[in-house]
Amino acid sequence: MINIFSLVTGILISGVAAYLGTLMLSRRMSLVAGPLGHLTLPGIALALIYGFDISLGAFPFVVLGIIVIWLFEMKTKLPMEALTAVVFASGVAIAFLFLPIEQAETALVGDISRVGFEDMLFTLFLSVLVFAVLRKSYSKIVLINISEDLAKVQRISVKKYNFIYLALIAIIVALGVKLVGGLLTAAIVAIPAAASRNISKNLFEYSLFAILFGILSCVSGIFSSQLFSLPAGVLIILFNAAIFSISSVLKR
Amino acid sequence: MEKDLILEVRNLTVKLENEIILENLNFEVKEGDVLTILGPNGAGKTVLLKTLLGLLPYEGRIKWKKNVKIGYVPQRLPFIKEIPLSVKEFFKLKEVSEEKIQKVLFSIGVKDLNILKKKIGDLSSGQFQRMLIAFALVDEPQVLLFDEPTAGIDIGAEETIYTFLEKLREEKNLTILLVTHDLSIVYKFASNCLCLNKKMLCFGKPEKITPQTLAKLYGGKIKIYKHRHLT
Repeated sequence: MINIFSLVTGILISGVAAYLGTLMLSRRMSLVAGPLGHLTLPGIALALIYGFDISLGAFPFVVLGIIVIWLFEMKTKLPMEALTAVVFASGVAIAFLFLPIEQAETALVGDISRVGFEDMLFTLFLSVLVFAVLRKSYSKIVLINISEDLAKVQRISVKKYNFIYLALIAIIVALGVKLVGGLLTAAIVAIPAAASRNISKNLFEYSLFAILFGILSCVSGIFSSQLFSLPAGVLIILFNAAIFSISSVLKR
Repeated sequence: MEKDLILEVRNLTVKLENEIILENLNFEVKEGDVLTILGPNGAGKTVLLKTLLGLLPYEGRIKWKKNVKIGYVPQRLPFIKEIPLSVKEFFKLKEVSEEKIQKVLFSIGVKDLNILKKKIGDLSSGQFQRMLIAFALVDEPQVLLFDEPTAGIDIGAEETIYTFLEKLREEKNLTILLVTHDLSIVYKFASNCLCLNKKMLCFGKPEKITPQTLAKLYGGKIKIYKHRHLT
């Protein structure tokens, strides 16, 4: 029996994550969600031990991670990716200091079947918020992605939109761990956008197909997890990968 | 500031990471002028445009006419082809009406509106250059800062772009600051010319630019083709 709350929660998270992913891909930042996801593991571990919502546990750790990476970058001028490697590996290591081993699977690849009505409402609220903010700032962030200079000439505050953008990434990563765990969050952001870019002629198609691919993978993943008694998070990623492969063949 | 001046630059120095890129520039631009900026690679031409746009820190004074609206044509946009973006959506990033988009396309000589549906990544380099100019002009600026690409547009397209800019200048009193490599453009269209190699080596009417100035500017490697383009 499919838990309707899980299904709705999954659809919301995967759709919004894919939409955000279209912006991250055009900025060559798709993988950022990966390390940030790993960083959430200590928070997830705490949530599992004390029995509160894992997204709530994850969120402060993503924010902390972003701040630490940013501070290190200012101080050391090392490339962002090197710093991200330092910070995310530390996050994983810390998590395994106290993560109960029987809960490891939930932490690493997620467990959407645990979602209840309140979780769904919480996710609904955040997803709608993120989607609305994204829609409103989408064209400005696209212009910033194309050229910060052009955006500044248009009097767009690059700092403000970069901040909004990072905040949205943090929220999506925190929500994403519910669905696919701390290990796989990059995938629900990056893969639908990459598949969509393969076949899209314009921005509208790009966003639309990304969202549809994200949702399709999620629904297929959740249903087949019932069928095969395998973790939904893992199957969602595999469906995403399959869609990506097909889109690569169809690439015009 | 004098009445018909649109831009006044005094003692402008730009340092980036403690290296002096531009040193002590002094010049002014009148409304409706075409100022061409000449100089070898690395002379700081693009830096000058970006500084005038307020994108870089500087010392000295840059004074634009009050509430002036500026359009900017960058030299290149390397990331744009990675985004699935139609020409129409590109213009819409500026939040302008469709009417204005069509108007600007007609004015740069694009009559086939099917181009709006095309993907930016599929345009030829000449078409792309035109779209960049149209993008800068679509919200009707009073000043256009144009950083010409080193390569890309063929002479045919280039001719029409400059003829078009000249027409705009006449009709709308558009002021143009143009970084160019093509001396024939300087002689044909410019009201003033600024020779730049970190320092200002000349500023004045194009007729006053002597082969000696150019030799100094480019280190004697320039071939002058002033008289080839007779119209």
